[in-house]
Amino acid sequence: MDTPAFHPAMILAILPEIGLIILAGLVLLADLLFHRKKDRDLGLLTFGGLLAVAGVTLVYSRPDMVPVTVFGGALRQDWATFVFRMIFLVGAAISVLFTMDTDRRIRSGAFYLLVIIATLGMSLMAAAADLITLYLAIETTSIPLYVLSGSLVKDQKSTEAGVKYMLFGAFTSAIMLYGFSLLYGFTGTTNLYELKGLLESGQISTVALVAVAMLVLAGFGFKISAVPFHFWAPDVYEGAPTPVAGYLSTASKAAGFAVLLRFLNVVFPDLYPAWLLVALLSVATMIIGNVLALTQKNIKRLLAYSSIAQAGYMLIGVAAATELGNTAAIFYLISYLVTNLAAFGIIVVVGWSVGSDEIAAYAGLSRRSPGLALALLVALLSLGGVPPFAGFIGKLFVFAAAVQADMIWLAIIGIINSVVALYYYLVVLKVVWLNRSDDEEVKLPVTRPWRLAVVVCVAGMLLLGTIFAPWYQWALQAATAF
Amino acid sequence: MNFPILTLTIFIPLVAGLLILFYPAEKKTWPRITALAAAVITFLLTILVYARYDVAAGGYQFIEQIPWMPFWDISYHVGVDGISTPLLLMAGVVLFCGTAVSWNVEDRPREFFSFLMFLGTSVLGVFASLDLFQLFFFFELAIFPKYLMIVIWGYPKTREYGSMKLTLYLFVGSVFALVGVLALVFLSGANTFDLLKLEQFDFTTAFQQTWFPFVFFGFAVLAAIFPAHSWAPDGHVAAPTAVSMMLAGVEMKVGAFAALRVGIMLLPEGAHFWAPLVLVLATINVVYGALIALVQTDFKYVIGFSSVSHMGLVMIGFATLSKEGLLGSGLQMFSHGIMTALFFSVVGMVYDRAHTRDIARLGGLFQKMPAAAVAFIVAGLVSMGMPGFSGFIAEFPIFMGAWKAAPIVAIIAVLGVIITAGYILLVVRRVFFGELNPDLAHVGDVSLLDKVSMAVLVVMMIALGVFPSLMYPMVQSGVNYILALVGGA
Repeated sequence: MDTPAFHPAMILAILPEIGLIILAGLVLLADLLFHRKKDRDLGLLTFGGLLAVAGVTLVYSRPDMVPVTVFGGALRQDWATFVFRMIFLVGAAISVLFTMDTDRRIRSGAFYLLVIIATLGMSLMAAAADLITLYLAIETTSIPLYVLSGSLVKDQKSTEAGVKYMLFGAFTSAIMLYGFSLLYGFTGTTNLYELKGLLESGQISTVALVAVAMLVLAGFGFKISAVPFHFWAPDVYEGAPTPVAGYLSTASKAAGFAVLLRFLNVVFPDLYPAWLLVALLSVATMIIGNVLALTQKNIKRLLAYSSIAQAGYMLIGVAAATELGNTAAIFYLISYLVTNLAAFGIIVVVGWSVGSDEIAAYAGLSRRSPGLALALLVALLSLGGVPPFAGFIGKLFVFAAAVQADMIWLAIIGIINSVVALYYYLVVLKVVWLNRSDDEEVKLPVTRPWRLAVVVCVAGMLLLGTIFAPWYQWALQAATAF
Repeated sequence: MNFPILTLTIFIPLVAGLLILFYPAEKKTWPRITALAAAVITFLLTILVYARYDVAAGGYQFIEQIPWMPFWDISYHVGVDGISTPLLLMAGVVLFCGTAVSWNVEDRPREFFSFLMFLGTSVLGVFASLDLFQLFFFFELAIFPKYLMIVIWGYPKTREYGSMKLTLYLFVGSVFALVGVLALVFLSGANTFDLLKLEQFDFTTAFQQTWFPFVFFGFAVLAAIFPAHSWAPDGHVAAPTAVSMMLAGVEMKVGAFAALRVGIMLLPEGAHFWAPLVLVLATINVVYGALIALVQTDFKYVIGFSSVSHMGLVMIGFATLSKEGLLGSGLQMFSHGIMTALFFSVVGMVYDRAHTRDIARLGGLFQKMPAAAVAFIVAGLVSMGMPGFSGFIAEFPIFMGAWKAAPIVAIIAVLGVIITAGYILLVVRRVFFGELNPDLAHVGDVSLLDKVSMAVLVVMMIALGVFPSLMYPMVQSGVNYILALVGGA
């Protein structure tokens, strides 16, 4: 491979990554230099930095309609890359706001640094157009996340979460890597876009390709917590610091979908069994996630299973394998980002001040903090798919995609699942609004960054749920860019 | 017409509801005043729409359209015709009366009135929708106010069960309707959500027959069609008074209206194909609902089951697909909405004062609350279909239509009316007449606001009964439009 000549587009294409690295350096430096620093200052630095990176990306790193491939085909700068990068940056920024000043056990310098590095990895995942870059990006994302999950070193559940997450991650990435190696063996190239042509030549048997697809899907399935690669999710969400759980369930999942969408659409566009496999994954994910969520008593576990189920709905869009399907999945991810982050944000503050994540601890919340209860109402109803919130539009789009792709059975399974899901969301709301508790007079303390983050999320849910056309346009441009 | 009257009608409650949420919790009177003011303005606007509707011209009027998502041909598109104008008025009056009789809600009034206003926006929005997406959007908007209002302010013994049952039943119904709606748009190749364009779209016969049940029965769950009726009595009984009024009075019509608008008007051949089944189910509604109402010992359950019975008549009218039947259904939707709202408001007043709804422990209440008793009797007469009241002019055409379509249905359904007379008279005698139970000696009379709201409802029912021409031609124009789509006389 010849060394590519330098071109300004190369810098522009990785502008967000450059920004993130600089930010990581700044945070590291600030953490070292200012010893008696306050957690909030580092948090604000991280938050401001992430926003700045997002702003710079928005202005200077906006892709043209024609995708640009840089660094010898390692990275690809297109609308999909751009939209997913924005998702990660916003998700990371909101998670940072939720972390600030809430949990004293979190060592802030290292924590924010790892969040930035993980975001960097995700950003590369969205851009990767080569098997090797893809693998490196996935690991760059995963390793900081393992550490983050286990970052409460004195909490057994947290360390257990970290170890469990790492073991599962290592296991599934090994399987995925095996799939990658087969692909390389079959074709002699690691470039996704070259693979496509070579695989279509018809010299490789479909059975082998389906086997490869299954191996690779194991790796991606782990990232998006699809059944049967979901076992880590409830334990990790429960044990990890709550803001990390929120980040895992949104940005990290979105990163998984970014690579899943690109990989399937680029490498296996016409391999019907692979898409059927995705549809089956979707069905299993929805059903297992929702059914197991029904019996949960701990809100973090409930949201873990709910987020498994949500991945199932998104997979409906992927499985539809149409332009509308991909668009719907991406739109769903955007709406899910603000929705689930809001839900986890509320858990952060309740868990922090009440000291419990049991659903029973939410009794009387609507009397203690009516505003907080309303925010939780909006978040859970949006997860349940009720208008006028973002989740409704997201569900409508994925079901529409299934119907349009003539997969009505999939739409009906999804819809029945959303009824089951509504039940357990309503049960939580019932506890919040109806049940009484002894300390109803005590207001929950919320910090200003936290309030800002929740307001942004709620506004986002309302905005996506009512004025959805522009966001749909974004998602559509991303979906057609692969 | 440039004045956005329908938009104002729909969104004034929403704006009021949002505003109320931002009031400080200590100010318990502010939410009430704001909500009542918003409800009065909405009511007046619906009267204005009703008065300004040009019956001679017919069709959809007061149309406003703003692109919402051009890519899928979704727009914010409102307008009313001869069927929806009376329903809009009905929703306006019930929202007003529901707000008025809830004046004394003490527990978290801010959330109560806010959610009530959201519910108002939801129903008004459905009635005025000329876009399928928008219709569904408003339809589903009612989910959380309904659930939360029942679970928070409902009858303590059954509220958890009743609210969850209602929500899940209705959600199941609406998701099936959603599949149908999506199929209508994407599978048929129509690729538009505009109802006016969909009305003109040529769906194949096979398509119509396949998808009619999804949309019709999906929406009709909210109209409590048998066998998906059992959420209704449980939900109505568990709900606080204002929500019972909105649910039984307006929401059930929302279901029937959506089933008509989307099911029958868009898929007429499907409607012809499935009409016999609808007739049978609706007839079961009428008779079965009335029979169960007859044996209830709980005052509120009597009314709850009577709604199931009366909604059956609406469905029978639909299923005849004839001029008389549809006309009767249109009038019945209005008349029943007003009547049931009045019933539930009186039941609520009795319960608030007597603290029991057990019919055996009530009695002689005419002495204590004469105005409420008179109002209940008027509603009872409407319910029995007495000439001179709105019930008669609504039910008579339905039976005419049913007789033409299938005489046996008319004969069986008339039984329902006779049973209705039975349970109404029984309950009136046991609750309001006879010996006053000594436990009820302390019971006081109803408040002025209660009287005002009952008077408004009573006047409407009598006015329509005595002067059917106030509404008859309007509904007729709406029916003519439907018949042009459905075919037939």
